[in-house]
Amino acid sequence: MFKKLALSATLALAVGTTGAYAAGASDAHVEDFAFSFEGPFGKYDQNQLQRGLQIYTEVCAACHGLKYVPLRTLSDEGGPHLPEDQVRAYAAQNFEVFDAELDDFRPARPVDHFPENNGAGAPDLSMMAKARAGFHGPYGTGINQLFKGMGGAEYIASLLSGYTGKEKEEAGTTLYENTAFPGGWISMGPPLEDGLVEFADGHSNDLHHMSEDIAAFLMWTAEPKMMARKQAGLTAVMFLTLLSVLLYLTNKRLWAPHKKKAKSA
Amino acid sequence: MSGIPHDHYEPKTGFEKWLHSRLPVVSLVYDTLMIPTPKNLNWWWIWGIVLAFCLALQIATGIVLVMHYTPHVDMAFASVEHIMRNVNGGHMLRYLHMNGASLFFVAVYIHMFRGLFYGSYKAPREITWIIGMLIYLMMMGTAFMGYVLPWGQMSFWGATVITGLFGAIPFVGEAIQTWLLGGPAVDNATLNRFFSLHYLLPFVIAALVIVHIWAFHTTGNNNPAGVEVRRTSKEDAEKDTLPFWPYFVIKDVFALAIVLLVFFAIVGFMPNYLGHPDNYIEANPLATPAHIVPEWYFLPFYAILRAFTADVWIVQIASFVTGGIIDAKFFGVLAMFGAIAVMALAPWLDTSSVRSGRYRPMFKWWFRLLIIDFIVLMWLGAMPAEEPYASFSLIASAYWFAYFLVILPLLGVIEKPETPVETIEEDFNAHYGKSDATPAE
Repeated sequence: MFKKLALSATLALAVGTTGAYAAGASDAHVEDFAFSFEGPFGKYDQNQLQRGLQIYTEVCAACHGLKYVPLRTLSDEGGPHLPEDQVRAYAAQNFEVFDAELDDFRPARPVDHFPENNGAGAPDLSMMAKARAGFHGPYGTGINQLFKGMGGAEYIASLLSGYTGKEKEEAGTTLYENTAFPGGWISMGPPLEDGLVEFADGHSNDLHHMSEDIAAFLMWTAEPKMMARKQAGLTAVMFLTLLSVLLYLTNKRLWAPHKKKAKSA
Repeated sequence: MSGIPHDHYEPKTGFEKWLHSRLPVVSLVYDTLMIPTPKNLNWWWIWGIVLAFCLALQIATGIVLVMHYTPHVDMAFASVEHIMRNVNGGHMLRYLHMNGASLFFVAVYIHMFRGLFYGSYKAPREITWIIGMLIYLMMMGTAFMGYVLPWGQMSFWGATVITGLFGAIPFVGEAIQTWLLGGPAVDNATLNRFFSLHYLLPFVIAALVIVHIWAFHTTGNNNPAGVEVRRTSKEDAEKDTLPFWPYFVIKDVFALAIVLLVFFAIVGFMPNYLGHPDNYIEANPLATPAHIVPEWYFLPFYAILRAFTADVWIVQIASFVTGGIIDAKFFGVLAMFGAIAVMALAPWLDTSSVRSGRYRPMFKWWFRLLIIDFIVLMWLGAMPAEEPYASFSLIASAYWFAYFLVILPLLGVIEKPETPVETIEEDFNAHYGKSDATPAE
């Protein structure tokens, strides 16, 4: 009986996984970084998110925007969790937004979103960590995402630390060789270098660490409710486990008079 | 309702009699819940309940999502992000709805293949099977249109590709495509009508589900042995059956709890696993994604659609015979819909006198191959349209059609089936020993 049920479940999962293929060049190399938010119990590292925010503000924001992310969420639990007055100051100091009522620009407030920015043709980064998958195999089935995760944050970190230093000109644009980018050549110049951003807490600021920090921050901008979601998932799984046990026993008891073998066993 | 002799609801109190003579609703509920059910049903029979749950889940989460969603090309994508970020519990609702579609299809595929193995489609259950196929078609339509609503890259380009299929119909195709889209290309008019239909079709499905249940409550359930419940007397029938409540309700709900355990683990821990990353990029009519891949549950049929290219001889023959009216593109569309049509025709293509695959030694192997074929097609549907995948797709598609059009009719003639058990009671006792309780107490 249980063998058949297990079979049903396995088949269900197998059928489900085959479709998880995500398109992308297979020659690109994505390193499997160990992020704190991986796995069912993974959590965001608040300090890492704050460092990532600093890197975004000092480096990425020059060209990229985060238009779907409200500034107020910087103070949310399960995120960078900055004090509210700090968020207010951060918004006002760093960003100007257009106010339709004033018909003019004014300093940003927590109710505003991070501004849109695509001046240099740079894509918005709000959902970048979910809009890319780092892992696709084996044979395009996407099954390894079951164990490694989708790999969006790994892709970003690999990309930022994946420049080889080679450049080439193509149709008037400079392209930079990158080991993580599909096709191998990307039009974004290396944005980070060792020691580019100074952290107040003195955390190491080599290229590898900064790539990890900004990737973690962008995972949060893409999935701000991840910790609440995992908590809900865990609660659901625990209650359903309990419910399953109770229903198993109920079912067994209910059918026992009709099943001689099951009764004597 | 069913032809199986059993106790019916008897109104006892004055009020019950009063109501019963005016609206026999209690009787309807009682007879539906207490329907005699073959007691040898195995665990493959639980997916109907899972499906009913999925429909309810999708309608419930969907209705709330609609309260926060904006069906406009400029706002749809942002409104989904609004749900994900600002609406209380919105991220859970959205992920439940998104993965609910996947659970729905996992369940419907297992449910269908169970029917195909145990011969549930055979007389007298053809109507149940056909209604089921209609539900499946409606599900595909609903899921496809639902996937367009978030207005991501895959939404837009998936809609463009799939509606383009109708454009392949000779002579009237382009007119039909324009009519479906509400314009020359996928745009705001398309999004709005898809939204409207995505809200409507689930209720049509709900109505069809009632007819589906009505049909198999009339014929009685099939069962793993494939022999009918004895209808000779109430006593005989009670040896073969147990009432749906409580025996099968508890059993099915137990199985549902296990299925939901896995489901909630996926929603909680990896909700985007079955989705496509490109759908987190807003739709852009000017940038085509490198690979346009449909959702996993469409992949087998997408593989069949793409398998029949212009260099395949059968396509060339069709094109030659029809004077070019059936070109490769239209042939692919016919093959895709044909793949579903042959499934619907299974009751008339299967010539075997034995219902359950359990007693059919040759059929068993061909059926297992069909399951493998389905999974291989699913994998191929996600692969780029190049060698060796193109050849594999052609072989796998050919087997799909061969199974229904050649193997099923032939097996009935050449296969020597084993003798099924005489009665359901015998089958049940062979598994669980003879019962010492009086049946249906």
